[in-house]
Amino acid sequence: MDFRLSEEQEAIRQMALDFARDELAPHAIDWDQQKHFPVDTLRGAAALGMAGIYVRDDVGGTGLTRLDAAIIIEALATGCPAVASFVSIHNMCAGMIDRYGTDEQRQRLLPKLLTMEVLASYCLTEPGSGSDAAALKTKAVKDGDSYVLTGQKQFISGAGESGLYVIMARTGEEGPKGISTFVIEKDAPGLTFGANEKKMGWHVQPTRAVMLDGVRVPAENRLGAEGDGFKIAMGGLDGGRLNIAAASLGGAQTAFEKALAYVQERRAFGKAIGEFQALQFRLADMATDLEIARTFLWRAASALDAGDAEATKLCAMAKRFVTDRCFAVANDALQLHGGYGYLADYGVEKIVRDLRVHQILEGTNEIMRLIVARSIIGRK
Amino acid sequence: MHIVVCIKQVPDSAQIRVHPVTNTIMRQGVPTIINPYDLFALEEALKVRDHHGGEVTVLTMGPPMAEEALRKALTYGADRAILLTDRHFAGSDTLATSFALSQAISQIGNSFDTPDIVFTGKQTIDGDTAQVGPGIAKRLNLVQLTYVAKITSIDLSARAITVERRSEGGTHVLKSELPCLITMLEGTTVIRRGSLDDALRAARSEIVKWNAAEAGIEDITKCGLRGSPTVVKRVFAPTPREQKAVQIDTTEKRVHDIANELVASIFTHQPALQHELSSAGSA
Repeated sequence: MDFRLSEEQEAIRQMALDFARDELAPHAIDWDQQKHFPVDTLRGAAALGMAGIYVRDDVGGTGLTRLDAAIIIEALATGCPAVASFVSIHNMCAGMIDRYGTDEQRQRLLPKLLTMEVLASYCLTEPGSGSDAAALKTKAVKDGDSYVLTGQKQFISGAGESGLYVIMARTGEEGPKGISTFVIEKDAPGLTFGANEKKMGWHVQPTRAVMLDGVRVPAENRLGAEGDGFKIAMGGLDGGRLNIAAASLGGAQTAFEKALAYVQERRAFGKAIGEFQALQFRLADMATDLEIARTFLWRAASALDAGDAEATKLCAMAKRFVTDRCFAVANDALQLHGGYGYLADYGVEKIVRDLRVHQILEGTNEIMRLIVARSIIGRK
Repeated sequence: MHIVVCIKQVPDSAQIRVHPVTNTIMRQGVPTIINPYDLFALEEALKVRDHHGGEVTVLTMGPPMAEEALRKALTYGADRAILLTDRHFAGSDTLATSFALSQAISQIGNSFDTPDIVFTGKQTIDGDTAQVGPGIAKRLNLVQLTYVAKITSIDLSARAITVERRSEGGTHVLKSELPCLITMLEGTTVIRRGSLDDALRAARSEIVKWNAAEAGIEDITKCGLRGSPTVVKRVFAPTPREQKAVQIDTTEKRVHDIANELVASIFTHQPALQHELSSAGSA
């Protein structure tokens, strides 16, 4: 076993790092302050193949692995973790359509997602169901050749701006087996959006509620079989969790590098503060945490690519560990900047704010522990 | 259409420091990049290819690690990369470099397709001589179009090219026959960004490696140190001048008077110069 990236992985990493350095990092603070959703920049990333990372190439996808995706998302996140996270969400939706869609659905829906001419949002969470996703209440009632959807989705990234919504709704019994997945276009009558939520971080992407009031969806927009929706939703999430972890890692890496540069410049008591052993030890711990996080993230991603039976457990472990540790690293980086770390211009507080939500979404870190516990102790 | 672009891997001069005591360049830890002027040449070559069809071959001479620069060029969209590497090339000055590169370009013509255009950057940021491009043109008997800011048109059927060449006081519009050699000016264009597919293709590509013999070079005395008459006698960091620049207010006085005062003040500081100039004037 060797833990080095292949030449191909090194090449895509470098390419994504260059994009992050040139196209994301210089604007990240402004976008955050202005709450600007950089759709043009996202389309620029799409033109380079980053909107269909694991979509097969017959429809123009890049056809890469989950490990490759984790490498790309981490690299993008060094420029802006919140933009990288949106790229991840969009890729998760595209990946679900690629994996579970019929050939007709793939040909019809994927090309415009791959250019990001149309953005995609993932709609699982509801006002009354987050962690307990299988309790969702949005109903889809079959009516002739179509379904009529009624309900509400909550905390939807990109909502109002996205053109395509991948929505989980109940077509049958209570619990996970009664759920199906639908793809709905923005202009569908009865589909409306709530106000843009005021959030702690992730300012570069809008978050809104999605309201469905008798939205008629043709049956050809159902993804997979009736009742497969929960499986499809969770299938997308394993990879989504790796990407959110990767986004934390990229953000924390940048915060760490900013802190490393700062302690060598900032002087106190007659020397650079980086010469104080207490701060050197802190930096050593941060660097170690980043290495551990990265190594384990790649391990989980490789397991998912290999179809390992333990992949879901490993992905949950990785999501919990990496997002927790990386938040701590970013927060430490802020502390090392002293009062300047609290100022927006230094870019560290933004990373801390952006990374905080990674411990909550794509399954809270408490639910990650539940997944791990169930897999090692068994479900009681 | 076949285009050859000569590139060079150089230390990122923005990050180079000169050792304060030994006056030698401290290269350690300095990242290498593709000579920025060569990127303008590469982008122009890719544009010509995209418009007229054909292939772009990138060529460099350097140590094995120069392969990195070629791979980077492939990620931008070049079709083929050739690394000219041999210990016989070590220590080449511009004469020996242009000899080796011109031989390799002839060999590229034999092995693949005769180039219609050879591109170089206007100069490199480490040597700054701007001699290699013209040196290649001379040896290959190609028309040389130096300091080109823009390619206006290419007429493949008439084998003609029109370019704008920037020069002191204006722009030359030049029309030439193909094949030719072009040295590209900076700031003419922005190198494109390679996609994930390009990065993957570059990583998977075979870099063609030629030693002197494979490049068709028979006379290796023209290569490397042996073929390089240039001798570096001393490298030093210039000492800062004592005199500071002065901003002159021209609203009150006539320019002619200001000039006379300036000349007088220069002669006060350097009487020898006054003597030298006046004797030259009387000769």
